[in-house]
Amino acid sequence: MAFFFEVLITGLMVGIMYSLVALGFALIFKASQVFNMAQGAMSLFAALALYGFFEQYLHLPLWLALLCTVAVMTIWAYAIVFLILKRLVNRPPLMLFMATFGIAYLMEGIGQSIYGTQAKGLNLGIPDELYEVAGIFISSFDLFFAVVAALLVGGLVWFFQKTRNGRALRAVSDDHEAALSVGIPLLKAWTLTWIIAGVVATVAGVAWGTRLGVQFSLTFIALKSLPVLIIGGIDSIPGVILAGLIVGACETLGEVFIGPYVGGGIQTFLPYLLALIVLYFRPYGLFGKEIIERV
Amino acid sequence: MFYRECGNLKDSYDKDMAIFPIPLDRWGFIVMLFVAFVIVPLFASEYLMMNIIVPFYCFALSAFGLNVLAGFAGQVSIGHAAFMAVGAYSSFIMYGRYGVPLIPSIIGGGVVASIVGTFFGLPSLKIKGFYLAISTLASQFIIEWVIVHVHWISGGVFGTIEAPKMFIFGFALDTPVRKYYLVLCIMVLFMTIGKNLVRGQLGRNWMAIRDVDYAAEIIGVNLYKDKLIAFAVSTFYAGIAGALIAFCYIGVANIEEFNVMTSFALLGMIIIGGLGTVLGAFLGAGFFVMLPIAINHGLGIFMEMVPADILSNIEAIVFGGLIIFFLIVEPYGMARLWHTIKEKLRLWPFPY
Repeated sequence: MAFFFEVLITGLMVGIMYSLVALGFALIFKASQVFNMAQGAMSLFAALALYGFFEQYLHLPLWLALLCTVAVMTIWAYAIVFLILKRLVNRPPLMLFMATFGIAYLMEGIGQSIYGTQAKGLNLGIPDELYEVAGIFISSFDLFFAVVAALLVGGLVWFFQKTRNGRALRAVSDDHEAALSVGIPLLKAWTLTWIIAGVVATVAGVAWGTRLGVQFSLTFIALKSLPVLIIGGIDSIPGVILAGLIVGACETLGEVFIGPYVGGGIQTFLPYLLALIVLYFRPYGLFGKEIIERV
Repeated sequence: MFYRECGNLKDSYDKDMAIFPIPLDRWGFIVMLFVAFVIVPLFASEYLMMNIIVPFYCFALSAFGLNVLAGFAGQVSIGHAAFMAVGAYSSFIMYGRYGVPLIPSIIGGGVVASIVGTFFGLPSLKIKGFYLAISTLASQFIIEWVIVHVHWISGGVFGTIEAPKMFIFGFALDTPVRKYYLVLCIMVLFMTIGKNLVRGQLGRNWMAIRDVDYAAEIIGVNLYKDKLIAFAVSTFYAGIAGALIAFCYIGVANIEEFNVMTSFALLGMIIIGGLGTVLGAFLGAGFFVMLPIAINHGLGIFMEMVPADILSNIEAIVFGGLIIFFLIVEPYGMARLWHTIKEKLRLWPFPY
């Protein structure tokens, strides 16, 4: 039984990471109805930039490197909104969706041109020890990022509920035109959303980068967070976080307890299978608003 | 001057429904067929034929398949490469293990891909847009896993099957020219069928579904049936293309060739080429195949040997940049540019 809980907790830790990436998707989707396929590339780029500032080129102290990374992601946010999205206003959402494919290609190409394609170990000096709590081993490393993720989510909730800008963003996500008519500048709101998504991507990229090494496969983690979105319901932030935990737990448990019987490696598609099942019974996700268009 | 509709009187229904109503188009098409069937095999080097033209034909087929789904029927799929893999593996198994003749096994690969694709198209009856896109992404990962992990399919080691030697009625397809002809014939045949499919009733139903689905339903289009047919046709083309790539281009059925990046690239191809056009599939595929080679030659001016990682990075930048460029400037892709040129030619040299 202790083993089961150990696996479960590992899964939940992984799940928090999925929630982080999925959160970036959900934020942008809520604010601008853009389904951002570049979220994974953003995480990769952020992790690469941090690596560049911290270890490869400049050797800045960690806090400064993080700040610079966020600054870089802010520049990206401005570039994306003002050079691309601004020109695609009023196009069908599918076009915007495909434009983010282009953004993803651009970010991967530029990022890897600057920082190189080989996998890099990112060592932030976070202790990696095993603690024993009630007979269950927990890695301090996982714990650290779980706490960071929890803080980030708490901060975002506070931002969206309590601050003026956060409320403006929620207004934009409810109804663009109404928001415009009460004087919320749409482009500014979008830029802010993309900056926040950039920050979330930075945290996700750093967390995954320290765990797996900064490499191209980080972008695939973003693909993993798509089923998280479906399961949670794309417009519900608490739903996305919970769904991330569910997916992380299910895939880890599935891999450990079912995997050996079918040849292993099922965690690559188990989340998608879950998502398909959820899509069939509750197409708007477990926590999403029930306004799906009839087909 | 030469490209004109004047004097081109449509005095019969046949002429009215012709694919190429304008004589110059018809002649141009015949010249292209002549180049493809005679000039290329005679004069092209082996490298040009096997590394550029054959993959170009194959990707054009699969891009057309995706275009049927995304461009005509409006159902975006980001798992299309998986169906190419299904086609490749099933045709290899039919041909290599069960001794089915070559052409039937290539088409059989398409049929199997089509069955699998229709199954994964079932969610399209309930959902659309991004939700559907994600469920097709699911098909990509599920199919990849099944192919790698079911030993009966992949033979175990890294999911790779070596290509068997190819014979048609005892005639060995061993030289590049013969393989080239196989790919060319199948491509021309199915593209002709495809072009007529999207011109006809079915294609119009698809376009109606793409534009406004409930309006299509009101005027009597059977949404469920036509969406599933779109999935079936689209994945059939993907399967054929996958089989041809595996048989004639790479020489092995390897899952790595059909991973999610290929799916994304296919989507990029039809955006750059032109959504909802047959020409777009060709232009997009040609662009995708030529891009790395063009970059390689372009950089070759500045440096002796272009490192592979720089090459792939620049490729990604150019590819991504062009996707965005086309979406902003010309959402209907290169095919629309060609269309504009034709419109201009129609009036030239007296544009008044």
